[in-house]
Amino acid sequence: MTTQVPAAEVEAGPQKGSNYLNSHRGFWSWAGTLDHKRIGIMYLVGVTLAFLAGGVLALGIRLHLWQPEGALFEPDTYNQVFTLHGAFMVFMFIIPGVPGSIANFVLPLMLGAKDVALPRLNLASFYLWLCGTLLAIVSMITGSVDTGWTFYTPYSIHTQQSVVTMGLGIFMLGFSSIFTGLNFIVTTHKLRAPGQSWFKMPLFIWAIYSAGVLQVLATPVLGITVLLLAFEHIYHIGVFDPSYGGDPVLFQHFFWFYSHPAVYIMILPAMGIISEVVSVHSRKPLFGYRMIAFSSIAIAVISFLVWGHHLFTSGQSEFVMMAFSFLTFFVAIPTAIKEFSWVATIWKGSVALTAPMLYAMNFLIIFSIGGLTGIFLAALNVDIHLHDTYFVVAHFHAVMMGSVAIGFFAGVHHWWPKFWGVMYNETLAKISAVLILIGFWVTFIPQFIMGSQGMPRRYASYLPEWQGYHQVSTVGAIILGAGFALMMGYLIHSLFAGKKAKANQWGGVTLEWHTQTPPIHENFDYDPVVTHDPYDYSQLEEMKGKS
Amino acid sequence: MSEGHHDLITIPAPEGFVPHQVAHHFDSVEKEFQSCKLGFWLFLATEILLFGGLFAAYIYYHDLYPESFVEGGKLLNWQLGALNTVLLLASSWTMALGVRSAMLSEKSKMQGYLFVTFLCAGGFMVVKYIEYSGKIAHGLLPGYFFGLEPGSVYAEALGHLPYPNLFFSLYWTMTGIHGFHVLVGMILIAWLMVGGAKNRFHAGYYMPVEIVGLYWHLVDLIWIFLFPLLYLVP
Repeated sequence: MTTQVPAAEVEAGPQKGSNYLNSHRGFWSWAGTLDHKRIGIMYLVGVTLAFLAGGVLALGIRLHLWQPEGALFEPDTYNQVFTLHGAFMVFMFIIPGVPGSIANFVLPLMLGAKDVALPRLNLASFYLWLCGTLLAIVSMITGSVDTGWTFYTPYSIHTQQSVVTMGLGIFMLGFSSIFTGLNFIVTTHKLRAPGQSWFKMPLFIWAIYSAGVLQVLATPVLGITVLLLAFEHIYHIGVFDPSYGGDPVLFQHFFWFYSHPAVYIMILPAMGIISEVVSVHSRKPLFGYRMIAFSSIAIAVISFLVWGHHLFTSGQSEFVMMAFSFLTFFVAIPTAIKEFSWVATIWKGSVALTAPMLYAMNFLIIFSIGGLTGIFLAALNVDIHLHDTYFVVAHFHAVMMGSVAIGFFAGVHHWWPKFWGVMYNETLAKISAVLILIGFWVTFIPQFIMGSQGMPRRYASYLPEWQGYHQVSTVGAIILGAGFALMMGYLIHSLFAGKKAKANQWGGVTLEWHTQTPPIHENFDYDPVVTHDPYDYSQLEEMKGKS
Repeated sequence: MSEGHHDLITIPAPEGFVPHQVAHHFDSVEKEFQSCKLGFWLFLATEILLFGGLFAAYIYYHDLYPESFVEGGKLLNWQLGALNTVLLLASSWTMALGVRSAMLSEKSKMQGYLFVTFLCAGGFMVVKYIEYSGKIAHGLLPGYFFGLEPGSVYAEALGHLPYPNLFFSLYWTMTGIHGFHVLVGMILIAWLMVGGAKNRFHAGYYMPVEIVGLYWHLVDLIWIFLFPLLYLVP
């Protein structure tokens, strides 16, 4: 990716001059901005706050379960707390997390573009996220929604009316996600720099593109599902209500037709981050570039055909169950291809154990267990035993929290110097990475064990024989919380007192590292042209040699 | 190599029209046009999937309660449905002509075609209103509100069948959401006419007209599926 640049501008480091942070000032220069970098930063702040809120609720859940009869809440309150936790984490943090914040900032830079293709839609997507989030929070708190984040019928039809406004909030969040994905697809098609063919794109773009396809094609089905649920409440249309001849299992099909692809909307962008981080910090081209690229597309296609594995105990024909079971095994193949490719990339690379790399390694470790336990659950007979137990809880937290959230934070650490032009305290960052890994396993290994012994999920109280496991798990959650608190601390500290970052902090060669740090308002002060493969580190010498 | 900061590209307009300025991040008007069009096609895909959920529900319940769907469909007024189909098909045709006029910088023709399209859409909503009023009067309402007057022809036709309310739930939901899209379309067409009056659309820049046109054809297309499924299947 050599570029015809006045080379001094590439390696000179942060300049005193203008950048996107200081080029315009005032509240409206942010609230009304069309700059993808600023929208990305606003998303970053928003989703991180949602993550904090969800995290505090998670600690509440764990503390409550310190005692078999429950230590903190009334059972009804407990139901609302885990509903809030799930809704915050899934709809307001994990789904918009990587695309809204990191990809919004990085994707146009990686393509050598001045902005995303549809900047107004990008801003609209942020405000839809904000309104949807506020509406959902207000309805959850004032109306005490207690259905879990899945809103299963018929219970959700007969519980509080606030399910309607909550559903409307989810509808808005859904369209926010659609608009983001749509924008990235168009940007990838239309705004690549000259010379950047599809196979010269960084793998992060492939991952975001694949997730974008899922966002556009799956989310509308969630939209119509929550709309029908709202009509169910307002007009009792009966489509999901057995007392009017409707079938509540149809709701489950609709819900998971979106929500299974949605887990890939969550994980694919995180996988894209890992591809970047693993390559840059091993200073080695990615092993199996094309295989990783195609596996993203394969995941996007197959993930549409596996939703039935959430309904193994809901009543489906045996043939359908076998098909869904097989397809679920099948989707593990492209996923494993990625995992092996990352490990092979690290192999014999010159690995720098930087904070982003440590987070990426956390991802690799936890994701392999998260993925393998998914295979257990795909097996029909095993799933009948494990369905709705803590095994499932631990499995999806390994994938959602241990992989997506940790992948997100690997990306935050990787591009933090690019975002702000400052560096955080790396020693503290390494400590937090290790704390989070330890905290994660201490929290979730006991849950795997409990689950395999039959401890059901979502119960506010439990049999005394599981108390030991629950207490260990709670201790783990506290360690995990400490790790994240430390992270928030040094990241915020770095904004005020961090050292200046280098223009190319880690020695990356994708286009975002070619421009200055933080980037200028127009992204590049020249027209980038791509001539090298995205992970061709021989350019580093050229990039340096030019300065 | 070229300069970093491009001057904004302005597309010249024929005499009497407003020139169009290309957004700063595009290096040609073609790219801007293609990007907006691709984005809108993707949006149309989301619309199809949104209705896809309703069609899936229709197929499922038609399969569960076939007689209720057949008898329920017979109670719909297919003549009014056919009239609405004609109105929408005609409006799609005038819409296409409107887009063509915009491409040729023929302002008054474009405004005329858009106005006829708007009128057809309004006509569609009037017919819908007449239909809905009839259904409300006879208690053919969704779910909980479904109630047949004992002894009426409707009670005779449906009374003995399982859950005829579901057919009407789907009828109201599907045509209701479609009708909402028609209303949105009318607002968009009115917005185009305002832009047209201000001489914004011409051979150099007609993207909004084309995109609203795409939307309008999709609304038409969904009706083409709704009409036979609800009115004609019996």
